[in-house]
Amino acid sequence: MSYGSLAGFWLPRQASTTAGSVDFVFNAVTWIGITFFVLITAMLAVFLWKYRARPGHAAQPSPDHNQRLEVTWTVIPVLIVVWIFWEGFEGFLDLATPPKNAYEVQVLGQKWKWLFTYPNGVVDENLHVPPGEPVRLVMTSQDVIHSLYVPEFRIKRDAVPGRYEKQWFQAPEAGEHQIFCAEYCGTSHSAMLAKVIVHRSRPEFERWLADAGNFIDKLPPEKLWEGGEKLYNQRGCKQCHSIDGTSGIGPTFKGIWGHAQPLRGGGSATVDENYVRESIVDPQAKIVAGYEPVMPTFQGRLKDKEITALIEYLKKLD
Amino acid sequence: MGTAEGTATGARVSPRLGDNYLTHTRGFASWALTLDHKRIGVMYLVAILTAFLLGGVAALLVRTELIARGPTIMGADAYNKMFTLHGAAMVFLFIIPGIPAALGNFVLPLMLGAKDVAFPRLNLMSFWLWVVGALFAIGAVVAGGVDTGWTFYTPYSTTTNTNVIATTFGAFILGFSSIFTGMNFIVTIHKLRPVGMTWFKMPLFLWSLYGTAMIQVLATPVLAITLLLLIAERALKVGIFDPALGGDPVLYQHFFWFYSHPAVYIMILPAMGIISEVISVHARKHIFGYRFIALSSIAIAVLGFLVWGHHMFVSGQSGMANAIFSVLTFSVAIPSAIKVFNWLATLYKGDIRLSTAMIYGLMFLVTFGIGGLTGLHLGALAVDVHLHDTYFVVAHFHYVMFGGTVVALLAGLHHWWPKMFGVMFDERLGRIAAALIFVGFNTTFFTQFVMGSHGMPRRYYDYVPQFDLYHQISTIGSYVMAAGFFLIAYYLILSLVRGKRAPMNPWGGNSLEWHTPSPPPHDNFSETPVAEDPYDYGKLVYDPAKGGFASRSYEGAGAS
Repeated sequence: MSYGSLAGFWLPRQASTTAGSVDFVFNAVTWIGITFFVLITAMLAVFLWKYRARPGHAAQPSPDHNQRLEVTWTVIPVLIVVWIFWEGFEGFLDLATPPKNAYEVQVLGQKWKWLFTYPNGVVDENLHVPPGEPVRLVMTSQDVIHSLYVPEFRIKRDAVPGRYEKQWFQAPEAGEHQIFCAEYCGTSHSAMLAKVIVHRSRPEFERWLADAGNFIDKLPPEKLWEGGEKLYNQRGCKQCHSIDGTSGIGPTFKGIWGHAQPLRGGGSATVDENYVRESIVDPQAKIVAGYEPVMPTFQGRLKDKEITALIEYLKKLD
Repeated sequence: MGTAEGTATGARVSPRLGDNYLTHTRGFASWALTLDHKRIGVMYLVAILTAFLLGGVAALLVRTELIARGPTIMGADAYNKMFTLHGAAMVFLFIIPGIPAALGNFVLPLMLGAKDVAFPRLNLMSFWLWVVGALFAIGAVVAGGVDTGWTFYTPYSTTTNTNVIATTFGAFILGFSSIFTGMNFIVTIHKLRPVGMTWFKMPLFLWSLYGTAMIQVLATPVLAITLLLLIAERALKVGIFDPALGGDPVLYQHFFWFYSHPAVYIMILPAMGIISEVISVHARKHIFGYRFIALSSIAIAVLGFLVWGHHMFVSGQSGMANAIFSVLTFSVAIPSAIKVFNWLATLYKGDIRLSTAMIYGLMFLVTFGIGGLTGLHLGALAVDVHLHDTYFVVAHFHYVMFGGTVVALLAGLHHWWPKMFGVMFDERLGRIAAALIFVGFNTTFFTQFVMGSHGMPRRYYDYVPQFDLYHQISTIGSYVMAAGFFLIAYYLILSLVRGKRAPMNPWGGNSLEWHTPSPPPHDNFSETPVAEDPYDYGKLVYDPAKGGFASRSYEGAGAS
């Protein structure tokens, strides 16, 4: 913490290599603001007291303009804001320019969760990174605009559908940091949360990555449903489908297996392996009555074995 | 003036005030079809204050929901509709038309010594367009609401199943209401200035209304086009903004802010004009640096067009564009700073009376000061990346829009209330209400600066435990503020029923509206007045018998 820091009251802790320079500008601007505010209110207070209306007091004549004074109080703020602009611009260049050889993670925003895809194809709902290495996020969105925001890193960038937006950070120390969605995206905008998990070392991160890549393959058949449970929690099922019988954006999964679901427009469909599979890869094919056709497709984002694991999990939810 | 029936109190307004614009004709049609700018101003005042009540109730419901984590009084979808209602009602129905259409309509022709605005029929049409636009927008709410936020960002707004089309069509109609008012004011100021009133002898409120009108006429059509494109995309599936249809969602943001940032100056410029009048009159002191204030209004109007990109520093526009918009944003801070220094200097060696209007005028310096200074954080690129879309931004624009515009509107309302309705209100209750609003406002929104810089994102239905305390304090502040507003409503309505009769010039102003009776007659002036320096108070002396100020020349005129 440098001199003049307002971190405790104003700012969260600094957990990235660029946070310090952002905070420097924040603190400088805040002190400039405090100085001007104190000046203005102090003058106001003095004038209010000295020139208050009272019996026997009247306004005294004084010039109603003063070129030199007015030019002075125009030029000084100009110089100050030019400096603030420059500092803000320099800091921004640092934020906008990732170092070469940064570790790259693909980010997909969707209603209402983040998916992070690693170079080996692992998909996770939290952002795992090695410590002390620059990490570059290549971001897009599947539906509406989202924005990935990590306050403790002082970084934020919109995830825009149909485009790739990039941002980067380097977290020097192990720890966990909150990720928010900062661009309003509908019903569960405030629940579109995730964590940045900075591992203790590169090897520990590598181990996590390897395990995450093949955890389903390592499960014995009778434990496959546990993999399904994990996928249910990680891949965005739970944001819309409850397992306690409450109706969400989609129908609940509780007791759904083998049940005949009434469909929008009449008819019904029995929940079996084929129905579940179709609902995952082509969600608009059959819409359960009373719900909106809002579910995105998971085609290509869930492997066959993962869909099987989800089916096994559904069977458990009586 | 100097008529004898002024001593009667406790009677209803009309009998005791004699013939004036309020009593000149009677019946619903005489108001609904009136071409009198004063009556249109009063109708606008009632209309915008009704919208303010609607937006305010929505705000209280939003704050109440946020007093605790998790569902408190409503679900997530209801909450999203509620903050959209708050924002849309406050922006489109209240604050954009607010000062120009209500106070501006009433005061502008009077300040010019004119009988009316240049196009009285257009003025009436502008009011009824407001009503139709408001009915569309409110109809959309009654029919189930809209959940996009007042900004209607694509592709969310083109895919949500709420009533986007009706709401945006309402905003489209409201835009024409705004354009007509602006056109009317521009022509009126050009053509109807009295003998002796050159541009640089106009009251500063007129300069600010002129700058505002420029923006209304030039920027609002862009909003109209944008909203039509949005409707076309939703209704006809024309791909303009939605990438699924081959459009570009960021294009929408450019179009939207190309109007909506200048619109921020539609909201604040007339407020600055009011402050110039109120501070000078109630300090009995010539305004300091007239030319700088007048020209800074025009500078703000022009520069305000060039800064829209600062809403999009993290949305993916190029680094070059970011840098240019950042520079231009700082440039628009300068004219605002100049005005604040000029207002302060006006107080120097004055005779400062803490009337309710003046208290709001001085409150403006403090709260708008904070709003302006925190804008510097947001203009600085690196810092904005952190603060964008957090409560810091929410606090910043409430300090500007509420601490600036609403406080100035209250200053102007109390300043011109005696002129508008011919009655005085209870100054003691006025000061108490001002104190409640000041304390409540700062409690509500200063906390939001702190939680915002700690990372609390805006438009959140729920939040993490770290932000508990801030949200609780903020909500309590909003209740204090609400109490202040109910108190204002109480004593202002009470003043209409049994307020003391107002003199012609209760505060000692020298612009022309103070040289005609309160309330003014139907034709504004019995004889065409001659303009002089509006800020020269030397000739006005307080007359305790009248409870107001008079100059010798006008006393003579009144006695005849």
